[in-house]
Amino acid sequence: MIYDVSYLAVGLFLGFVLFVVGISFYLGSKAKSADGYYAAGGSIHWAVNGVAFAGDYLSAASFLGICGMIATKGYDGFLYSIGYLAGWMVALFLVAEPMKRLGKYTFTDALDSKFNAKSIQLTAAISTLIVSIFYLIPQMVGAGVLVEPLMGWDHWVGVVLVGIVVTIIVATAGMASTTYVQFLKGGLLIVFSAVLTIGILSRGLFDPDTKKGPFSTEGSESDKPYHHLKDYDATVNGGVLQVYGEGAGEYKFVKFMVAVNDKDASKNKYYALMTNKQDIQIKDGEKVSGYELETIWQIKDDSHSAFSVQGEKGNEKVVAVDGAKVKLHETLFKKTLTQDVTVGGVSTKELYNGAPKEAGLFFKVGSVELICSKELNEKGECEGNEVVKETGSLNPLSFLSSVRKSRIILWDKSRIIDGDNTYDIHYQKPTSGKKILRPGMKFKVGKTFMQNLNFVSLMLALFCGTAALPHILIRYYTVPSQSAARKSTIVAIGAIGFFYVLTLFMGLGAMTNGVINIDSGNMSAPLMALSFGVVLFSIISSIAFSTVLGTVSGLIVAASGAVAHDLLTNFMGIDFTDTGKVKAGKIAAICVGAIAIVLGIAFKGMNVSFLVGWAFAVAASANLPAIMMILFWKRTTYQGVAASIVVGIVSALTIILLSPTMFDKYGYLKSDAPWALDNPGIVSIPLAFITLIVVSLMTNGTGKTDEELEAENA
Amino acid sequence: MGGHGPAVKLGKDNATGYKSALGVKLFFVYLVVYIGFVAINVFKPELMEEVIGGQSVSIIYGFGLIILALIMALVYNAMCGKAEARLNKDLDK
Repeated sequence: MIYDVSYLAVGLFLGFVLFVVGISFYLGSKAKSADGYYAAGGSIHWAVNGVAFAGDYLSAASFLGICGMIATKGYDGFLYSIGYLAGWMVALFLVAEPMKRLGKYTFTDALDSKFNAKSIQLTAAISTLIVSIFYLIPQMVGAGVLVEPLMGWDHWVGVVLVGIVVTIIVATAGMASTTYVQFLKGGLLIVFSAVLTIGILSRGLFDPDTKKGPFSTEGSESDKPYHHLKDYDATVNGGVLQVYGEGAGEYKFVKFMVAVNDKDASKNKYYALMTNKQDIQIKDGEKVSGYELETIWQIKDDSHSAFSVQGEKGNEKVVAVDGAKVKLHETLFKKTLTQDVTVGGVSTKELYNGAPKEAGLFFKVGSVELICSKELNEKGECEGNEVVKETGSLNPLSFLSSVRKSRIILWDKSRIIDGDNTYDIHYQKPTSGKKILRPGMKFKVGKTFMQNLNFVSLMLALFCGTAALPHILIRYYTVPSQSAARKSTIVAIGAIGFFYVLTLFMGLGAMTNGVINIDSGNMSAPLMALSFGVVLFSIISSIAFSTVLGTVSGLIVAASGAVAHDLLTNFMGIDFTDTGKVKAGKIAAICVGAIAIVLGIAFKGMNVSFLVGWAFAVAASANLPAIMMILFWKRTTYQGVAASIVVGIVSALTIILLSPTMFDKYGYLKSDAPWALDNPGIVSIPLAFITLIVVSLMTNGTGKTDEELEAENA
Repeated sequence: MGGHGPAVKLGKDNATGYKSALGVKLFFVYLVVYIGFVAINVFKPELMEEVIGGQSVSIIYGFGLIILALIMALVYNAMCGKAEARLNKDLDK
């Protein structure tokens, strides 16, 4: 999708960056000691630290990923909000105060406080590095995603820019500047998300055909009218489709296509490929007259008997019954070719709705099909089918009940490999609000054992992941006392909980306001803001961008602590002076920043929230069993801790890398994956716990650290 | 060697044992409510569509979990605060 550059957004963003870098240099001139660099001298006020927690935690994945998932999949996206917040209860009740009591700079300190064992220092530091880097990748990718519409720059420019700015922030003043950046950004994100939500509620639900791109500023992208979704009637005649209706004569039938369902042939999805000749305008480029444009239509066959498939897998042929009457519904599709084609001066391998994306044919989606009126709704008489043009403004509760009583057009995807070309087809899926406001659109629940297991596994990883994220845990060292650690967690829970309530409204708003770019759901929240005009869009986008800045700086502090403090000082025993240790931390920060830049470019195009899921699962599996057992089981040994960290990392990564979702990313079929489990938590977390218990029991009584053993052997 | 121990010198806290026991209890209370949410989705997902007082169970339970988190956090803080004041009185002298 092509966006207009907003100079206001550029200005706001640059202003924010300069301000933040300014603060960093100011604080950097004051913070020269290792305590200052790694833990902000333990002097941050708990309220500031609480909002900074929110800033750390509400990363690009929360804001972009969750809103995007709610916009396209409904309540299932909100499950992330619920699970992420529930994870904070683990942090508050079990981890906050002990973490503060036991550690100094890093999470490894707390784990190692009882043992002082080399094996813990090494494994915990490696775990910190792996989790931080997995968490860094989606943030950097998110930066690239945002910079394209915001500044009109390429993906890599965004990644490099974020990398450099963040490295400056961290290398100047470490945790102190990071904390204030997080505080500022966390506060702004919550305030402006509330503004956006109020806008969505005041707009209510409406019939898209009655409005232009809603409430837009003149001349902006959102000033275009809604794309009216077309439908046609058609009949099969001699193996081809004859299409009826206004404008149907423009289309020339080419062939049938099918997305085969291996398990159930009645669930095969049939499509019609048709062409029509039209003039297309390439943005800032040439006009192409009489372009033969491919279009793909979803075939709805109520009789379920008009079509069948013959031939072998990969070489299927669709057989159609003569005389069958069907309905055709417009789709959106992306065609990926193996070689470049040139259209109107643009060379590309990807065609969006038949043309290069610069032609702007890949329209935005998200609309209500039937709406219940506000009055009927208030009387409780409305059960879904009373059609009104718009509800007018709604309060939060009546908004949710109106959504429940409406029918909304969602979209689902088929992939068809046709010779050398791959078609990713998004087809319409009108869905009742009832279904949208309960789990099941993305995570199928209550059906098969494996589906249930996947769901439980996800909810477990979300619950356990928060209290095991190293960049969250190090924030406990920035406050002066245990009670301040506790209080700042509570501020964080309030701020984050409020934000997560807002995600549901922002996501449902995007779902019903025609702002979704179906190829990249990540942009739903900023595009929702764009429908209120370019000012709100600019503000929200630059906050989202600074969200990336803040989270990345927190992660780099955590990673640089792992290298300089855990690995170099403790594990390798290098005896740094206080300033030497700060210098080591800064050099480590620059190296980690450089790695993050490279990875951010390499992973372009990966889904942001999906990648964060990796980080949570790895953190929950590697770190949480170790933290919990050290705090609550006296017979824990250092060998048990180290073994559990290793088993946690390896098992979580193995399950993720061989999961159906990853097989899809590699370009294979999901069904070829060795197991049907996408979310590793349900296996890897218990496995890490069991490893810790078994190894501890086996080594219990030896009770000696590596150093003591070395001393004995010497 | 090392470099462990807090970044700032922490005062002695007699309330640690009480706070940690309370934390564990409250954690299990929340855990049970959370498991209830997951269990409904797995064993009786259609219950999530039921409407009570104008909202579906999914909305009530989901928002409920978020609001309950905040309420329990505040209660925990108040109880910890009181315990710290009571048990650490002698330390201040």
